[in-house]
Amino acid sequence: MPLTPRDEADVTEAIRAALAEDAPLSIEGHGSKSALGRATRRERVLSLAALTGVTLYEPQELVLTARAGTPLREIVALLDAQNQQLAFEPMDHAALLGGARGDATIGGVIAVNASGPRRIKAGAARDHLLGFRSVTGRGEIVKSGGRVMKNVTGYDLSKLVAGSYGTLAALTELTLKVLPKAETEETLLLSDLGAEKGLAALRKASGSPYEVSSLAYDPQGDAAALRLEGPQISVTTRRDDLTRFLADFDGATSILAADESRAFWTRIRDAEPIAGEGVIWRVSLAPTDGFAFVERLRGAGAPIVAHVYDWAGGLVWLRLETVADAHATAIRAIVDALGGHATLIRAAADIRARVDVFHPQPSALASLTRRVKEAFDPRFILERGRLRAEF
Amino acid sequence: MSLLMPLPEQAIMARREELLARLRAILPAGNVIADETARRAYECDALVMYRALPLVVALPETVAQVSAIMALAQEMNVKVVPRGAGTSLSGGALPLEDGILLGMAKFNRILEVDFENRCARVQPGVQNLAISKAVEYAGFYYAPDPSSQIACTIGGNVGENAGGVHCLKYGLTTNNILGLEMVLMGGEVLRLGGKHLDSELYDLMGLMTGSEGLLGVVTEVTVRLLQKPVSARGLLLAFPTVEAGARCVGAIIARGIIPGGLEMMDAATIGAVENFQPCGYPLDAGAIVIVELDGTPAEVDHLVAVVEEIARAEGATETRVSQSEAERLRFWAGRKNAFPAVSCIGPDYLCMDGTIPRGRLPEVLTRMDGLAKLHGLRVANVFHAGDGNLHPLILYDASKEGDIERAEKLGADILRLCVEVGGVLTGEHGVGVEKRDLMGEMFDETDLAQQQRVKCAFDPQHRLNPGKVFPTLHRCAELGIMHVQSGKLPFPELPRF
Repeated sequence: MPLTPRDEADVTEAIRAALAEDAPLSIEGHGSKSALGRATRRERVLSLAALTGVTLYEPQELVLTARAGTPLREIVALLDAQNQQLAFEPMDHAALLGGARGDATIGGVIAVNASGPRRIKAGAARDHLLGFRSVTGRGEIVKSGGRVMKNVTGYDLSKLVAGSYGTLAALTELTLKVLPKAETEETLLLSDLGAEKGLAALRKASGSPYEVSSLAYDPQGDAAALRLEGPQISVTTRRDDLTRFLADFDGATSILAADESRAFWTRIRDAEPIAGEGVIWRVSLAPTDGFAFVERLRGAGAPIVAHVYDWAGGLVWLRLETVADAHATAIRAIVDALGGHATLIRAAADIRARVDVFHPQPSALASLTRRVKEAFDPRFILERGRLRAEF
Repeated sequence: MSLLMPLPEQAIMARREELLARLRAILPAGNVIADETARRAYECDALVMYRALPLVVALPETVAQVSAIMALAQEMNVKVVPRGAGTSLSGGALPLEDGILLGMAKFNRILEVDFENRCARVQPGVQNLAISKAVEYAGFYYAPDPSSQIACTIGGNVGENAGGVHCLKYGLTTNNILGLEMVLMGGEVLRLGGKHLDSELYDLMGLMTGSEGLLGVVTEVTVRLLQKPVSARGLLLAFPTVEAGARCVGAIIARGIIPGGLEMMDAATIGAVENFQPCGYPLDAGAIVIVELDGTPAEVDHLVAVVEEIARAEGATETRVSQSEAERLRFWAGRKNAFPAVSCIGPDYLCMDGTIPRGRLPEVLTRMDGLAKLHGLRVANVFHAGDGNLHPLILYDASKEGDIERAEKLGADILRLCVEVGGVLTGEHGVGVEKRDLMGEMFDETDLAQQQRVKCAFDPQHRLNPGKVFPTLHRCAELGIMHVQSGKLPFPELPRF
């Protein structure tokens, strides 16, 4: 039976009750991401689905505040009407984890730091969180940050809670930086280059002055994709300049106009090219290491069913055949050698309870991570075991 | 000076000789500065009102030495204040009389430039501008550009989460770094992030950025490099009043344009600048707004026309568009010189650093004027208008009885006003010691206790840069972090202030 607080005071009460009984709480909005992270017992669920509503939106100030359970689609619609957006382009996990598309809440988006293809230019979800209100695992209401663009008053706890999977505090209200939407967009496709050359083209473009906002390579269609956004006149000239800049690569070029371009990047954002049966990994690396990682993994005999590169090769999505350790040993060994981290995004609960879903840390970092958790939630009442078996 | 710092711990002062001997065993002979005259060079940062002579200055050259010094300090229970170039404006690097001043200036090498991954690994003592200089031959630069960029170091930029003119469009330090190496109190060396994007689990790199040297000592930074825009043009817009200028700024952003730079100056500052080093600003303007638009020439030309049209609609009395790179730089010259220029119209000034929601600008300026009159002082204004970051310069005369105190009081009133209208105490200079006692204006006891618990996770004995940022130094035990054994608090000698 989920607890469904109506306001922050209710959240506080629920967490204090859980503390008194030493009964851990799982936090969810609409549950679209409950299959992420280590599998936990989820005996008691604190649902923030009733904490809804945009409490402040000032388009001229580029700022929006919403309660944590507000559906993302509601926020997107509100921003749309003012020609604005969440520039970090939150990923929708439905294609990978099931559930209805667009069902995420803003609290969940921030709790997993879900960012999309524009991350390379616009930053991650965490870069757009200006401030928050929350109830910690101590049952205390804590706020941090503010509603202005520049703020260095006290520690930047916004960075800490973004991507913390609800393990530090139950977020109750979030203040986000919003940005104008580009007037239009186009995507330049370079086809038939093969992965190695295609990724090299993306890296070259990422160091160009043409402000490419997204760079992906989809092996399924053998296409290197480069997104350009801005006023039409600018997009047109940059596309022409970029085509010349990449002429040496000798690929077949084509253009996706605005609507096709949007659809293409939504597919990449949501990792649709790798959707299907099996285990799913998300690997973050230096862009130059993306291709090498996949080659080495193949060399190690891992049965890759599908993969796609985003962030100029710095983000690799993989789907593999299911095995007992979800190929964690092989993947981690390669990532450790290259630098970066690998997250198991989808696997059966028994596998997620057994292997490290998040990348193992060196001991000094692991113990600091645990001390930070204890600073907010000393009794491990929130999302116990979600990140690490020991807390 | 009205600042209250913790009383030096006599037990530590008494062991100075032992500390010096043990530091000399870690560092080369010349890198332990014990002599009083030489230590004087470190007695303050750029907030020169507050000074203290450090117990000793240590200048490590390697990560191993930093680690050994931190372990030694932990063992001997000595405080450590990290310092880069000492350009901090909030007293963040103010030494402690019973502490080691850890100068990181010898960490001055660029270790690696990796254009393909658009990043560079640099040591913390490298100057901000030196990074851009080192990569400009290939068309790259490092975006955050604090006004002190010629002198300030990247390690200090991380400590303060430095911003600058570019940050409206390109973000602050926190948005432009990929990795850190740091040393904890106790000597453990950690690496956070790397050349990949996004930390996994807790974003400790994001937390470290802007933590004002209270959590760890940065020994290496991986910064993002950006390609320089193909072209940039400036607009110099004059308005009869600051209100009209502020409306224009709002209208530009409402149109969906995020300029590379968007700055404003009031009449007092314009007068000071023209008096200091004339660059052709209109002297009859109530405010001028400088806009920089960057991108491809076609995009920039298009946006210049849109911004000019907006400016006219908002009542601009003059609009100039730069026709050459030299002219663009001339538009900026006055803005860049604003601080030294203002110091010529009054013997001393105190630079404040509050951020407000931009829409409240006219109201805040009017009320600030009232506050200045109330305290009998003058204020000149320079703003990062695009992001609402104000830098009111309070003019005073230190040789006049009571002027410093008046300036401090006015400063505090201005910052309270910023918080009251929905803003914050500091946009880019940090809290340091300067705004420490105002933290309660923004945060309640629970908020502050939680922040200090984060400090306890990194530095349970509060040996790293204590006395900064937080108005009351709580022991970790009081915050429910440290175990109290047989009823005895650890470090009962630790003063509360």
